[in-house]
Amino acid sequence: MTEPVTIRRATTSTRVSGGLLVLGVVALAMLPYIVVPSQVFGVIDLLVFVVLATMWNLLAGYGGMVSVGQQAYIGIGAYGLVYLADQVGVDAFLAVPLVAILSAAIAIPVSFLAFRLVGGYFAIGTWVIAEVVRLLTVQVDDLGGGSGLSLRSLSDIDSKLRIAYTYWFALGVATVAVVATYLLIRSRLGIALTAIRDEPTAAASNGVEVTRVKRIVFVVSAAGCGAAGAILALSSLRVQPDSVYSVQWTAFMIFMVVIGGVGTLEGPVVGAVLFFLLREWLAQFGVIYLVVLGAVAIVTTLFVPQGLWGLVSRGRLRLFAVGHTVRLPADPNPTPPARPTRP
Amino acid sequence: MTLVNAIVQGVLLGGMYALFATGLSLMFGVMRVVNLAHGDFAVLGAFFALVLVDSAGLSPLVTLLIVVPGMAAFGYLLQRGLLQRTVGASPLPALLVTFGLSIVVQNLLLQLFSADQRRLQLGSFETGSFQIADDLAIGYFPAVVFAIAVALLVGLSLFLRRTQLGRLMRATSDDQETARLMGVDSRNMYALATAIAFATVALAGVLNGVQTNFSPASGPTLLIFAFEAVIIGGLGNLWGTLLGGIVLGVAQNVGAWIEPAQQVLAGHLVFLLVLALRPQGLIAKGAPV
Amino acid sequence: MTGWAPGGVLLDLVGVDVHYGDFQAIYGVSLALAEGETVTVLGANGAGKSTLLKAITGMLPITAGDIRYGGRSLHGIPVHQRVGMGIALAPEGRRLFPSLTVEENLLVGGHRARPGPWNRRSVYELFPLLRPLRKRPAGVLSGGEQQAVAIGRALMSNPRLLLLDEVSLGLAPIVVKQLYAALPAITASGATVLVVEQDMRQAMAVADRVHCLLEGRTALEAQVSEVTADQVANAYFGSITDAVS
Repeated sequence: MTEPVTIRRATTSTRVSGGLLVLGVVALAMLPYIVVPSQVFGVIDLLVFVVLATMWNLLAGYGGMVSVGQQAYIGIGAYGLVYLADQVGVDAFLAVPLVAILSAAIAIPVSFLAFRLVGGYFAIGTWVIAEVVRLLTVQVDDLGGGSGLSLRSLSDIDSKLRIAYTYWFALGVATVAVVATYLLIRSRLGIALTAIRDEPTAAASNGVEVTRVKRIVFVVSAAGCGAAGAILALSSLRVQPDSVYSVQWTAFMIFMVVIGGVGTLEGPVVGAVLFFLLREWLAQFGVIYLVVLGAVAIVTTLFVPQGLWGLVSRGRLRLFAVGHTVRLPADPNPTPPARPTRP
Repeated sequence: MTLVNAIVQGVLLGGMYALFATGLSLMFGVMRVVNLAHGDFAVLGAFFALVLVDSAGLSPLVTLLIVVPGMAAFGYLLQRGLLQRTVGASPLPALLVTFGLSIVVQNLLLQLFSADQRRLQLGSFETGSFQIADDLAIGYFPAVVFAIAVALLVGLSLFLRRTQLGRLMRATSDDQETARLMGVDSRNMYALATAIAFATVALAGVLNGVQTNFSPASGPTLLIFAFEAVIIGGLGNLWGTLLGGIVLGVAQNVGAWIEPAQQVLAGHLVFLLVLALRPQGLIAKGAPV
Repeated sequence: MTGWAPGGVLLDLVGVDVHYGDFQAIYGVSLALAEGETVTVLGANGAGKSTLLKAITGMLPITAGDIRYGGRSLHGIPVHQRVGMGIALAPEGRRLFPSLTVEENLLVGGHRARPGPWNRRSVYELFPLLRPLRKRPAGVLSGGEQQAVAIGRALMSNPRLLLLDEVSLGLAPIVVKQLYAALPAITASGATVLVVEQDMRQAMAVADRVHCLLEGRTALEAQVSEVTADQVANAYFGSITDAVS
């Protein structure tokens, strides 16, 4: 009997990057001690972008579902946090994971409605749902009606401490979001997703419960967006319906994922960083910066569909161990990881 | 305003929504593309008309003679030059590109025209109405719009059913590859369908601009109304689109009659209800378009 | 303008290779059709017959060799321009336009019609069973009726070269026989016909020459009159040495 075939998940690059990423997170955790609070705000925004981009990519790049309505959960998260903290009396920071659960809970019945549509009509459908959530929120006086709510329960904490805590929670949410997505994609669910993306009928006939898998992805994405919304509320201490439910969040998410690279774990992070840097520079040009964003997204989708990360890594380099390497017995040269297929 | 009045106004409003929905439905029927910038192109048409009205003093209805062919040509070129590249197995690129176009168009308009609400003035015709009964009046303009919508649907239906070009378009929609074997250049056919869609969207945009205020940010709302009309009516049926528009218009107006600020929400809720209870729409699927 | 080749070679495949991505489906196949001939290409599933037709119509690019039609290479000519040159295909599986009626399917087939004897009336004369079905949506017809429409649709363009892809697929033998009974009228109008088939007997009953494919390669090429059914069967199923003897 010959040696069995071994299958490895990690490669050299993923081990190296795994170590670096852990160090990176630890280093980032030190930030509030090193840097002034106003700059910490900026990094909080960056972390929120990372979460949103990762979640949108999970839904669209891996799940094949283009949503133009994730802002619904950003709003639910933001409003949820303020409501839980001010009206229910939950500790504002502990409310963050609660709000993620709330968003997930709302996403479940929503998915039954939304899944009656596919493709582009699904996209608009999610937008309608976001609009409905916004319109319903604005009805409720307890939620501040049209002018929104302020977060009051943190007003007695020293502001430097509040910012530091918000930052650490943002870092935590971002890390959990990325790690959770990584684990999801790495698991059998991830393989199911690729199968569904490639050929849904074949996947279904092979026992993949297509709807259940998609629902899980939909709900996780909602939870992540909800947590991001909560962080936004903690950071700005204010929730306004027109800003938190704005479709512009979707525009940002799309831009980050498209520029960074759809369908990879690294892409959204790259896109978030790039968008964060660009935003500062572009803001001076006023409304034209959105035109530039839109144009760049169009050009990238058509001519550089693999995104910045795809360009740099050429589909071979991986920082996250989601692939499989097959090592045949007595074969010193294992086959390289398969090229990820484009969604 | 009585309930009957609200319903009648809603029916007429449905004609406007059907006009918007037709272009969206056509592009999806022929090319399986959902144009997320659909509403923004309607607004673009309205602003195009506005420029002509302001600079040449033309009546908004006269500007249609320029705006409709102009937007049709623009749609043809946009499809041939840009959207054709998104044709393929995955719907993702088309959605991303049209969403990008939506952002670009909205913000370019914002830059050029500012965020102010605009209106295309038609004069007294706009506000005049037939007095049917003591408490029931039918506005001239909404009635004309409804008539135009019906005429458009009849025309489009005749085009698709009775002309060779319409047949070729339906064939391309059924099976693009086999249509090529019959000598149909699908790129040309897609661009033609887009041109027709843009022509209807321009028409709808200008007429809407006479009936209500519009601004660069109005696009998404129009897209949503068009979409709701299509889904309520049922995919794949032109007349379903009219029915969907009517149901939406009535839902909105009845909602407004109950609670004035809830017009749009009422429409959304009826849409969600139809989606939950009868997702295939009110009229079951007929031919692809 | 394609060359006039009376009794000369109309279609000439020279050393053609076809790939699906990395997978090679056709290996160096050469096949020449003289104007007016009826040639049948036989082979089992996966032998490459339909692939060959896809290459001729331009639906698949060839990766080596050349396909010449009327003396001119078809390289680079897009699919939608070939029917105007006189190449028409009745596709595998019929591929009718399901939402169009029978009559509308025919009309679409006649979109780029060349001058010639085939029009709706002559197609209905050829397949009288279709006349009462004219206004029926093509999607609800039986297999045999659909196949008749598919052939009629291809004829509407008045092709010089008619390609028939697996007419017998999924049909009862008696229906297949009725369909092939229409072939003499088609060849009488001057068309060159390439019949791709799995049904060996039926195909050889109508063809002048037979060309057998086995796993993408030519296994046999002969005049139908000069070859036995056994020899063809051997080539079809894979005993190449027997077929050549």
